[in-house]
Amino acid sequence: MSGTTADPRLAAPRLAPRRPIRLSWSDGRFRNIVYQILVLAGFVLVLRYLVGNTMMNLEARHIATGFGFLDSTSGMPLGETILPYTAGVSTYGRALTDGVLNTLKVAVIGVVLATVLGTLIGIARLSPNWLLSKLAAIYVEFLRDIPLLLQLLFWYVLLQGLPAPKKAISLFGAVFLSNRGIRIPQLNWEDAHSFALLACAVGILGSVLWAKYAKRRQDATGIRPPVWPVSLALIVGLPVVVWAVLGAPWDWELPALKGFNFQGGGTVTPEYAALLTGLVIYTASYIAEIVRSGIQAVAHGQWEAAQALGLHRGKILRLVVLPQALRVIVPPMTSQYLNLTKNSSLAVAIGYQDVVSVASTTLNQTGQAIEGITIIMVVYLSISLSISLFMNWYNARIALVER
Amino acid sequence: MAATHVVAEGPPVTAARDRPPADLVGPVAWLRRNLFNSWWSSAISILLGYLLVRWAWGLIDWAFVNAVWTLPATANPLDLAMPCRKLEGAGACWAMVGDKWRFILFGRYPYDMQWRPALCVVLFIALYGASANRLFWRKELLWIWIATLTVIAVLMWGGVLGMGFVPQDQWGGLPITLILATFGLAFAFPLAVAVALGRRSREMPVVRVLCVGYVELIRGVPLISLLFMASVMFPLFMPEGLNPDKLLRAQIAIILFAAAYLAEVVRAGLQALPKGQYEAADALGLSYWQKTRTIILPQALRMVIPPLVNTFIGFFKDTSLVLIIGIFDLLTAGKVAMADPVWSGFSTEIYIVVALIYFGFCYAMSSYSRGLEKQFGKAKNR
Repeated sequence: MSGTTADPRLAAPRLAPRRPIRLSWSDGRFRNIVYQILVLAGFVLVLRYLVGNTMMNLEARHIATGFGFLDSTSGMPLGETILPYTAGVSTYGRALTDGVLNTLKVAVIGVVLATVLGTLIGIARLSPNWLLSKLAAIYVEFLRDIPLLLQLLFWYVLLQGLPAPKKAISLFGAVFLSNRGIRIPQLNWEDAHSFALLACAVGILGSVLWAKYAKRRQDATGIRPPVWPVSLALIVGLPVVVWAVLGAPWDWELPALKGFNFQGGGTVTPEYAALLTGLVIYTASYIAEIVRSGIQAVAHGQWEAAQALGLHRGKILRLVVLPQALRVIVPPMTSQYLNLTKNSSLAVAIGYQDVVSVASTTLNQTGQAIEGITIIMVVYLSISLSISLFMNWYNARIALVER
Repeated sequence: MAATHVVAEGPPVTAARDRPPADLVGPVAWLRRNLFNSWWSSAISILLGYLLVRWAWGLIDWAFVNAVWTLPATANPLDLAMPCRKLEGAGACWAMVGDKWRFILFGRYPYDMQWRPALCVVLFIALYGASANRLFWRKELLWIWIATLTVIAVLMWGGVLGMGFVPQDQWGGLPITLILATFGLAFAFPLAVAVALGRRSREMPVVRVLCVGYVELIRGVPLISLLFMASVMFPLFMPEGLNPDKLLRAQIAIILFAAAYLAEVVRAGLQALPKGQYEAADALGLSYWQKTRTIILPQALRMVIPPLVNTFIGFFKDTSLVLIIGIFDLLTAGKVAMADPVWSGFSTEIYIVVALIYFGFCYAMSSYSRGLEKQFGKAKNR
């Protein structure tokens, strides 16, 4: 070993020597700085012009700026709310909060249902059964090429065309479909149910810990302790035991026809049902394509190699194909979730009171156009950002670790 | 024996070797392979087949057999819907579409001048057709676009060549949808290319930050909020006395919205271009704009044509959102048509017709983009 010359590949890359910037048009760096200053100056000037105009217009129309209106009483009636709200008593701030919660209610449930439906249809499109795969293909082709707004309006008209409560369509005598919405039985909530839910959460936490322990045991000894039975016992068994110990209350409130409408039970309004149906059915057609292309992106050799190792079909799908397919599926799925959330703003067209609808009523009543639209944008930007962050985290977790 | 029939240079053609075993070909084998290859598959096939036949039967009954196709000859306009009402939902009322189709297609455009928007629709379709043809993928396409869009503007407004002037608030229906989508694309595309280039520029952080901010802001909010902004906030931005028309404001919102999404598509193309192309252009001593104009953009844009078409399909559908701020596009025209008290209760038929128009445009574009992808793939996988 001579020790005189080190391997050049291991040395840090040598950068070109930095030369001082010249104040001359022929120096690229100087030019870039001048261009950037010009662009920035133009941007600031346009912004100043627009803000100046806005200030003048607001003054001319005697509109006060600021978010003070959030504390004033709102007379706008809200159809369905999560937090208690009374028109004429509650504030605009509360109305907008309810609007945001309504948006989230549609978005969260919509994302879950669209994922389930989309995955099923995506897999159906790959089915060896000709009829099934063709029907799935027709579903995807047809629904993707019709505007969502039209579909929403159509579902809404369809739900409004249901018979009046007196002639409501009854499913098993417990669920009633009428033009006032869908009435479902509701559980009379008691402490036992809360404790059972708590037990379920504890069970989920416990099974995650148990799975981690099992993985460590398997790595150390090669023998895997049972995971599924233990998890099942923790997640389902524990809550049931807690519920049974606390007296096993099981009291459902059934909807019943009284006068012109149903009393009792829970309600799904026609607006919510139409919005959810439209969003789920439309988004599922996109998700189906994503799932299909994800599964198709996994090379056939992976299936065969896994079969050669002696894995059965379920394990191949779970351990070999899905982890690889997910890498292809997750990034476009993120943008579909974002799309569904943003598309839920079409609620305003069918009268479901989401944040856009509440904010637009607010800005009509108070004249606070800038504030109203700023609120809409901030709400959606934060929702979009949260979904992106979560999905990026998930994507990083499942991404291929290259060495 | 088979070998005796073989001609010297031809392939061995004999009946015995040509035909596969009888249970591998033919309709029965096809059915067995594709519909009944396991008891599970058979169950699905039978269930789906049953449902399909039942629904198809009901649909044909409703849409064709029991449907009312012609308007009754009555003087009283309130009686026009009588034959349809007698069906009580057992059949479709296509007569209503016959009564309303001009309104759905052209809105409140003066009735005797509706040949002008009709001609515009034809021109738009011809423009799409020309742009889709690879023979036209050259610089002259730009002039074709400018010329056609000018002719369309002249036809819609009129006021010259003996055509009466029609103000924008009387336009409506399908031409509005096509105008919003096509003019949106025509103006958004150059903006998108500029933003994509700005987002890629490494030497100018200020430009990059502005472009990233623009794209992410627009992509993070729904189109509706931009349309609301255009309809209620935009007038506040303008100096007093200058108040652009509602259609123009919506068009600007759509352009800004479309440009952000198109910019991301173009950026994908710029990133997919091999680094060697950039380096080779630099080695030739080309300036930034020479390099971009003659080497980078022609290749990068060609690569992203299929996703560009898909994005365009998205905008085409999204133009229907202008219904919410009260602009008279195809969907709004349909909604207004069904609000006619004479025909109340027959909204399904109108929705079907409007949906079929949207479907026709979008399906044509999506099958075009799929075909293009296949062609590009063929060149790549050769």
